[in-house]
Amino acid sequence: MTASLNARDITLAYGDTRIISNLSLAVPDKSFTIIIGPNACGKSTLLRGFARLLRPSTGTVLLDGADLHSLKPKEAARKLGLLPQSSIAPDGITVADLVGRGRFPHQNALRTWSRDDERAVAEAMDATGTTELSSRLVDELSGGQRQRVWVAMALAQRTGHLLLDEPTTFLDIAHQIDLMELFADLHREGTTLVAVLHDLNHAARYATHLVAMRDGAIVAQGDPRDVITEQLVEAVYDLPCRVITDPVSGTPLVLPLGRRAK
Amino acid sequence: MSIDERSVESTVESTVESTVDFGRRHWRIDTARVSTLIPVRSVLVCAALVVVIIVAGLASMTIGAYDVNFAAVLGAVFDPSSDPDVRQVVLEWRLPRVLFAVLCGAALALAGGIFQSLTRNPLGSPDIIGFGVGAQFGVTLMMIVFELNTYMFKAIGALVGGLFTALLVYALANSKTMSSFRLIIVGIGVSAGLGSLTSWILISVSLEKAMMAATWGAGSIASLGFDQLLPAAIVFAVVLVGSLPLNRTLPVLEMGDDAATALGISPGRTRLAAMVFGVALVALVTAAAGPISFIALAAPQISQRLTRSNTPMGTAPVMLTGAALVVVSDAVAQLVGVPVGVVTVSVGGLYLAWLLAAQYARRA
Repeated sequence: MTASLNARDITLAYGDTRIISNLSLAVPDKSFTIIIGPNACGKSTLLRGFARLLRPSTGTVLLDGADLHSLKPKEAARKLGLLPQSSIAPDGITVADLVGRGRFPHQNALRTWSRDDERAVAEAMDATGTTELSSRLVDELSGGQRQRVWVAMALAQRTGHLLLDEPTTFLDIAHQIDLMELFADLHREGTTLVAVLHDLNHAARYATHLVAMRDGAIVAQGDPRDVITEQLVEAVYDLPCRVITDPVSGTPLVLPLGRRAK
Repeated sequence: MSIDERSVESTVESTVESTVDFGRRHWRIDTARVSTLIPVRSVLVCAALVVVIIVAGLASMTIGAYDVNFAAVLGAVFDPSSDPDVRQVVLEWRLPRVLFAVLCGAALALAGGIFQSLTRNPLGSPDIIGFGVGAQFGVTLMMIVFELNTYMFKAIGALVGGLFTALLVYALANSKTMSSFRLIIVGIGVSAGLGSLTSWILISVSLEKAMMAATWGAGSIASLGFDQLLPAAIVFAVVLVGSLPLNRTLPVLEMGDDAATALGISPGRTRLAAMVFGVALVALVTAAAGPISFIALAAPQISQRLTRSNTPMGTAPVMLTGAALVVVSDAVAQLVGVPVGVVTVSVGGLYLAWLLAAQYARRA
């Protein structure tokens, strides 16, 4: 198993507050890696470290053998994309314009819109089913449509690695599944995905590599079928539960016991 | 929706249809080194603005104590063998004023576009967040206290005053959150403070000095000649070239620091460059002409609506809108017999009232 994206002994901190100490994680190439864990376990912070949004105070994040944080920003942006948790769609921007902004790292002062840009944007909109929305204003779209447009922007960037920060938050169940299926398609087509997710059952169903975190450290990682156990869920979330096999996908399904069922 | 095979080969072509539907028409330039899409609407708007600038500029050259009609102005500008007296009035006295109007308008509008894009707020222009007043304070200090009255010294005063104010506003507003609303409120406070400091300096010096500062402080380009135009134009050209990359990076930064970083932009560095260039643009105008308010506030918004753009930052149309506004304001100022700054303040005041009302309505 090769891992062109990996963190070696990284410490991530906001000011003096250490969130993660000496953590190492190798993201298997072509995997759909999903990081789970309770609130404040450091999973989003870890993703920020991978996304160049937070520079490790010690250790390095390597991408293709080079220190990610010392690459030129545009060069890094051609290799590694991010779907941030919250982005701002400028007033009056159309879907095509927003998706087109994903091409920024491939452009320069003289080449602001090449045939490659055109093709990448058309394909990104096609893959996300947003082609029909192309000339619509982003402000006018529903939450589900808008998130698809942001995904299209990240796809137009054409990176081998794509990081997803809680991509399904604020969406209803149908749109969540819709989006997870889209990510699964991307994974099948060869993109390495790293996502932070809250929904354990979605994580178990879609991940090829599952990482469970608590208190800034990795508790377990591997195939979801091996990782998700009643003991692990209790150890990570302090949540008593039953784990059964999902009759639809054959992956583990977590059923919280709650107080009443004890 | 397919691309014509031939179109890939051609150098400049007009395409109504491309594989991506942006909801507007473009002209495509596609050569080995240069490839871009130019919105047809922007080109038309820019062309119309150039016509407005030329017509209003020529018309304003007919106004003044010495009567020159439109035909005579045209003759003086384009025909070297016309009446030398008329040529002197038009070319040496009135032409520099019009060129100054173009330069001031373009520079202020670009500064406004930069700061409005940076703050993601139509109120985030240097007039409102205090950098204009800061530049004015710097010039007053140079002129009155240090008695250095040449363009370069005033420009340095304006630049230092503007940058110092910018730092002060950012420090007080706590730049970590970059909440534009906070920035604007703090900016208004700092402007008021610096404004009263300027007044204090003026009432504590001799009458002649105060008069000189007051004339400059009303925002006038009427008395400026080619010897003041040249240094201002050189500084403008340098700052303009330096700020050109912001045309592409600022709209991306409008999507938030995380998205911008993911796309390969350094938010901190971009913000710093935008601030320095934006303040420099305000400073180079303030040093020459005094404060000409509301152009930075209004021009980017007008241009954005005319071109139906998704960002207040668009170098060419924004600068042309600003230039047209100042040239027309200057023509009006000549007719009424007041400094151009007075005209822009009067018109701009109404605009600001409307803008505040509209913003308030949207939030409520």
